[in-house]
Amino acid sequence: MLIELNDITKTYEIGTVLVPALKGINVNVNKNEYVAIMGPSGSGKSTLMNIVGCLDTPSEGVYMLNNNNVSDMSDDELAEIRNREIGFVFQTFNLLPRASALHNVELPLIYNGTPAAKRRKQAEEALERVGLADRMHHKPNELSGGQRQRVAIARALVNNPSIILADEPTGNLDSRTGEEIMEIFEDLHDSGNTIILVTHEEYIAEHSDRIIRLRDGIVERDEAVMERSA
Amino acid sequence: MRVVSYIGESLKIAVEALRSYKMRSVLTTLGIVIGVTTVIAIVALIQGLNKSFTNQISAIGTTTLFVQKFPWMMNETQFFTYRNRPNIRVRDAEQLKEMSKLAVAVAPTLYTEQTTKYKERSLEGVAVVGSTADYMETSNVVPEFGRFLSETDVEHRRPLCVIGREVADKLFPDADPLGNRILVGGRRYKVIGVAEKKGSMFGQNLDQMIIIPVGVFQSAFGARWRSVDIEVKVAAPEILEDAEIELTGLMRRIRGLTSNEEDNFAINKQSQLMETYKNLTGTLWAVAIGVGAISLLVGGIGIMNILLVSVTERTREIGIRKALGARRSDIMLQFLIESLVICAIGVTIGIALAIGLAELIASTTPLPASVTAWVVFLGLGFVVTIGLFFGIYPARKAARLNPIEALRYE
Repeated sequence: MLIELNDITKTYEIGTVLVPALKGINVNVNKNEYVAIMGPSGSGKSTLMNIVGCLDTPSEGVYMLNNNNVSDMSDDELAEIRNREIGFVFQTFNLLPRASALHNVELPLIYNGTPAAKRRKQAEEALERVGLADRMHHKPNELSGGQRQRVAIARALVNNPSIILADEPTGNLDSRTGEEIMEIFEDLHDSGNTIILVTHEEYIAEHSDRIIRLRDGIVERDEAVMERSA
Repeated sequence: MRVVSYIGESLKIAVEALRSYKMRSVLTTLGIVIGVTTVIAIVALIQGLNKSFTNQISAIGTTTLFVQKFPWMMNETQFFTYRNRPNIRVRDAEQLKEMSKLAVAVAPTLYTEQTTKYKERSLEGVAVVGSTADYMETSNVVPEFGRFLSETDVEHRRPLCVIGREVADKLFPDADPLGNRILVGGRRYKVIGVAEKKGSMFGQNLDQMIIIPVGVFQSAFGARWRSVDIEVKVAAPEILEDAEIELTGLMRRIRGLTSNEEDNFAINKQSQLMETYKNLTGTLWAVAIGVGAISLLVGGIGIMNILLVSVTERTREIGIRKALGARRSDIMLQFLIESLVICAIGVTIGIALAIGLAELIASTTPLPASVTAWVVFLGLGFVVTIGLFFGIYPARKAARLNPIEALRYE
């Protein structure tokens, strides 16, 4: 089992008021699954994503990622887990604006101490995989939205993480470019990657094999997708 | 390995950040530049002053004591008290010479400033010294040509003189001064010797002087009411203190002072000047350190301020880096290195400016101001201290940012 979430709760303290965001989530994800997490705003979707992405820790419950208990790790241990196990793709791309595409993709490798030459080679390979071999030295503002998201995907891939965690990856793209990005995710899935997609668009979620629907901090439905859109 | 690759990345980020905000970086750096220039320039100046002072007073010599009416350093009240002391007479010098066992040479000296003339040439402000044959030793006046005054010359009050280099050059530009008579204060003196070049002390040209027998001086300048300064030379600096005690005893005997009466004369020596000088420059050092510290503090605050702005502006970047696996220490290092880079640039420019300033001072004033090698180490110390001290707070702030909130920051 790659991901095991057992009775995960998360409660925020806002002033003196306790606001529960997650009220006991139990979800398992296997290797090479393609899972979509859906839910209206306020459903706990983002909170769950932050916990799965090791950006945050649960208030209660146990989260096992690749047989590591990450529920009570320190900041620095979480940083290391994020670096090794998680590849993030964000709605707003989150690229460093003043760095070239290549340098952006190299970043995760800088933080695990990969030597410069190897780092460059791996980053180039990742960019080739998303079809941006000819745009390596461009800065984000010289690239289109779709190309930026491809750079972000290359960055997520470069470390061979256990999970690719995509948060509304098509939210800032037009529908045609969005489809192109979704095709890349499908290719990645076909070549053995595990993908977790957070979205509120039904047609985007249908690219996945399994949809987990959240409402008010609990799993409302967790079901396989019957037919995949072409 | 991990740290090395990250220091490289941090340096790149720092340089990139400085380039992106040129004006801001220049202003921040300027704060440090001014601080460092101030400190180093003042240090160079003080060192120049020390060197200059030591050179100046070396003319006095460490083996000479001066028996005088007044001490060299006194306040106003002391002056009014000491004014009533009896004058020191030439006879006192003779008696000291007779009685002292430690003195090698004892010379009574009288001093005035006069215009000297030879034919149509004249020279103003020449120091005229009336003394004895011993003056050659006590004041270290060595004749380069001719000879010095002899005891017989002094005893018989012969109108002879030994002249300084400057006087010889000015009055006899193309003639041999020896044997010629020069006019000083209405009387003529035959030149019997020219002294070696001595340089200057506290702006006074030691070569612009003439030495005549003390008796001649007294009758020529009506100096019977003047107090004589007695210069006493001892064999070595080590016995200077013993000599001082001996001379005090002898002077008290000559003056007939009883044991409960205070000394009514002063014995001066070079080390007195040195002490006064050290006290004076001690204050100067304190002021320099104060001024320097304040300007560096201001510069440091500038850095801290700019780094805090930088942390806020780059909140999102910090979030991205953390999401991708940057640890707290990595982010901390990034901002500390940025701080150190700003400091390093500032200090380098500051040292360069200070060296330029010191050279300017050295070439336009008589002060031999110079920046010495240890200043580089001082600079290195500044870089590390200021960079770390003022960088640590913003860097910590950045390192402790919550990645989720940082990523959401617009």
